[in-house]
Amino acid sequence: MALPAHISANPAGTASRQPVYALVGNPNCGKSTLFNALTGLKQKVGNYPGVTVEKKVGTAYSQHGQPITVIDLPGTYSLAARSPDEAVTRDVLLGRRTDTAQPDRILCIVDATNLERNLYLVHQILDLGRPVILVLNMMDLAARSGLEIRVDQLEKLLGIPVIACEAINQRGLIELKLAMSRADLALARHAWTVPAAIAPAVSELAAALVEGDRKSPLLARAEALLLLTDQDSVRVAGSTPLSPRTTEILRGWQTRWTQQGTDWAGTLVTSRYDAIGVLAAAVVHLRTAVGPSASDKIDAIATHALWGWVALGAVMTLLFFSIFTLAESPMKWIDAHVASLSDTIKSAMPPGDLRDLITDGAIGGVGGVLVFLPQILILFFFIGLLESTGYMARAAFIMDRLMSRVGLNGKSFIPMLSSYACAIPGIMATRTIEDPKDRLVTILVAPLMSCSARLPVYLLMIAALVPGERVPIFTKVGIMLFMYALGTAGAFFFAWLFKRTLLKGEPPLMIMELPPYRLPGIKDVAFHMLERAWIFVRRAGTVILGISIILWFLSAYPKAPAGATPTAQLAQSFAGRAGHAIEPLIKPIGFDWQIGIGLISSFAAREVFVSTMGVVFNAESSSENTAPLRTALLGAKWPDGRALFTPLVCFTLMIFYVFAMQCMSTIAVVKRETNGWKWPIFQTLYMTGTAWILSFIVYQGGRALGF
Amino acid sequence: MALSQLPIGSSATLRDFAKAGTAFIRLREMGLLVGTPLTLVRAAPMGDPLEIKVRGNHLTLRKSEADHILVEPVA
Repeated sequence: MALPAHISANPAGTASRQPVYALVGNPNCGKSTLFNALTGLKQKVGNYPGVTVEKKVGTAYSQHGQPITVIDLPGTYSLAARSPDEAVTRDVLLGRRTDTAQPDRILCIVDATNLERNLYLVHQILDLGRPVILVLNMMDLAARSGLEIRVDQLEKLLGIPVIACEAINQRGLIELKLAMSRADLALARHAWTVPAAIAPAVSELAAALVEGDRKSPLLARAEALLLLTDQDSVRVAGSTPLSPRTTEILRGWQTRWTQQGTDWAGTLVTSRYDAIGVLAAAVVHLRTAVGPSASDKIDAIATHALWGWVALGAVMTLLFFSIFTLAESPMKWIDAHVASLSDTIKSAMPPGDLRDLITDGAIGGVGGVLVFLPQILILFFFIGLLESTGYMARAAFIMDRLMSRVGLNGKSFIPMLSSYACAIPGIMATRTIEDPKDRLVTILVAPLMSCSARLPVYLLMIAALVPGERVPIFTKVGIMLFMYALGTAGAFFFAWLFKRTLLKGEPPLMIMELPPYRLPGIKDVAFHMLERAWIFVRRAGTVILGISIILWFLSAYPKAPAGATPTAQLAQSFAGRAGHAIEPLIKPIGFDWQIGIGLISSFAAREVFVSTMGVVFNAESSSENTAPLRTALLGAKWPDGRALFTPLVCFTLMIFYVFAMQCMSTIAVVKRETNGWKWPIFQTLYMTGTAWILSFIVYQGGRALGF
Repeated sequence: MALSQLPIGSSATLRDFAKAGTAFIRLREMGLLVGTPLTLVRAAPMGDPLEIKVRGNHLTLRKSEADHILVEPVA
């Protein structure tokens, strides 16, 4: 991603430019809402180089129209990082990152309803010795819960601008922008005494940081304080390592304290909270005591031993109901328009390879993926809604026990569940999982959940499997449920396996906040949805276009003699030859080269298998009416006259599709979310390998049993 | 007693963390310090994790973690 030169270039910067602000705050304090309100649509989203942490940079305009750059840093409760996201926040603020200059000023947003805890991060930030503007968000909610906050008093005590704000209603934004464009901002009156027990260590570390790591004295003290509470200093790519001397001093003190039984970290945190307690007592007054909050009342039901499950089930049912009903007409619309665009070009251009490349290759391939966009959008919308209302944390709370059986935590639940509709939003939603190993495992197993693109394949195979013109509804549902259950069991099995072998590690402390329920900011949710969808289209788009063209080429060349049917053309194309080439590999699982063509072409997207079978067996069919194709399939034979699509083969084919990684869009998204080709390649191999092995067992076992 | 032993709905004061060092740093940073009052609000439907209320925040932690947190019940 290209950034303005002054952010991406050297940390020193120049004096004349506009100040760069970093926006920091606790999770759930309305930080994204404020960022959106400040910068509008002028945002750039990318990754920090080397880590999959989102880098968001936007431009706000002052009241005089001057542009002000704002970097939205990942939300955190503390600068003592526990996850890669938090490490990025810490490293940017400390000027440790080589790709992002230390911001000039800091915009610190806090939740006014929960000032005490939010001030902990502020207290650490004030150590940094940069000009800070404090934004008290959700002032309306604070007033409603009976809190009176004396903003002027807080401003006086801290000596920095404090802006009361309701980001969701755009209130307080003008005052904030006025403060942001001030040429001079005073440094905070931030005198707090480091506890005597650890003061010598802080001085020694600070001196080493000045000398060995060339930090400024003020920043060195802040960093020294942080190093003491950092958990083995979570290191991420792109941050400058500490000098060996500093590390040595740090280890020395920690060893000494451990031997003496000094609780250094606790002492440090407690002394900060003591200072915050004094501050809070002076500015926060409980005007009226209020009874149990609305959140308490909702949670009495939403996390109830019985009603909690009912509520979760209802929310998830609503989610899937919406996806399958609301997405239907836009999907048809896209399908129709892709087809008519194809037809328009067909009639406008002279027949030839270029025309076919555009219509059958590019438009057909990209259109096949675009069809899923409505589903993906709806899923993103729901995930955003669950996050911004606070229900996401409750779902994680309820599911944590179950997920912990396979070594994951409750936060993997929503991404995995979303993957029943489409793995792409599911995989992109794993960013909320802090632990990198849990996150990676969730990404690796999410595509095993049967997505909606597998449905047409299942339906066709069930139709071919069951004798008679009409499939009894119970048989249909029963087989379908079995496939879903199989995929789910596979996902849990592999999660368990990966957590025990490949991605073993000390389980992290699973502390999660259950934020108060809030009405969602629909604008923010919609914005989030469009942003995610755009990332998908942009990132996956090139891969999808490339693979579509390759697949088209494989089926269009070499050319059959003029006048050949599409079936004959496909049969002698590269794809047809590839089908023949892989036949020895798939014969043991009961598939011939013609099915092989289907497997290859459906790498674009699983449902392409159905249309490929239509071409291979020369049967016109649509998703509504598979009868002609079914008849054609049942008539297909091996060269020796045996029936090709026996019930056992149909069943095996379904098993294969449950496990095989037949989706280029997912691969493209996994590449983005894991920062390289290593994991998507591993994932493709393990999934497709499992598909083959299980198909082999089912097919050969079935044959041995006489099916 | 351990936080995990506390009856649901009852209040207590934090006494100590059985694991020293940086293990429970984040919990402390979220305001759970020695001497801080807390309430065990509820357990998740499957009995684990637990939800506690500290300084007006609702936090969840697993029982295996709550085993290492010592509290004194408020009479």
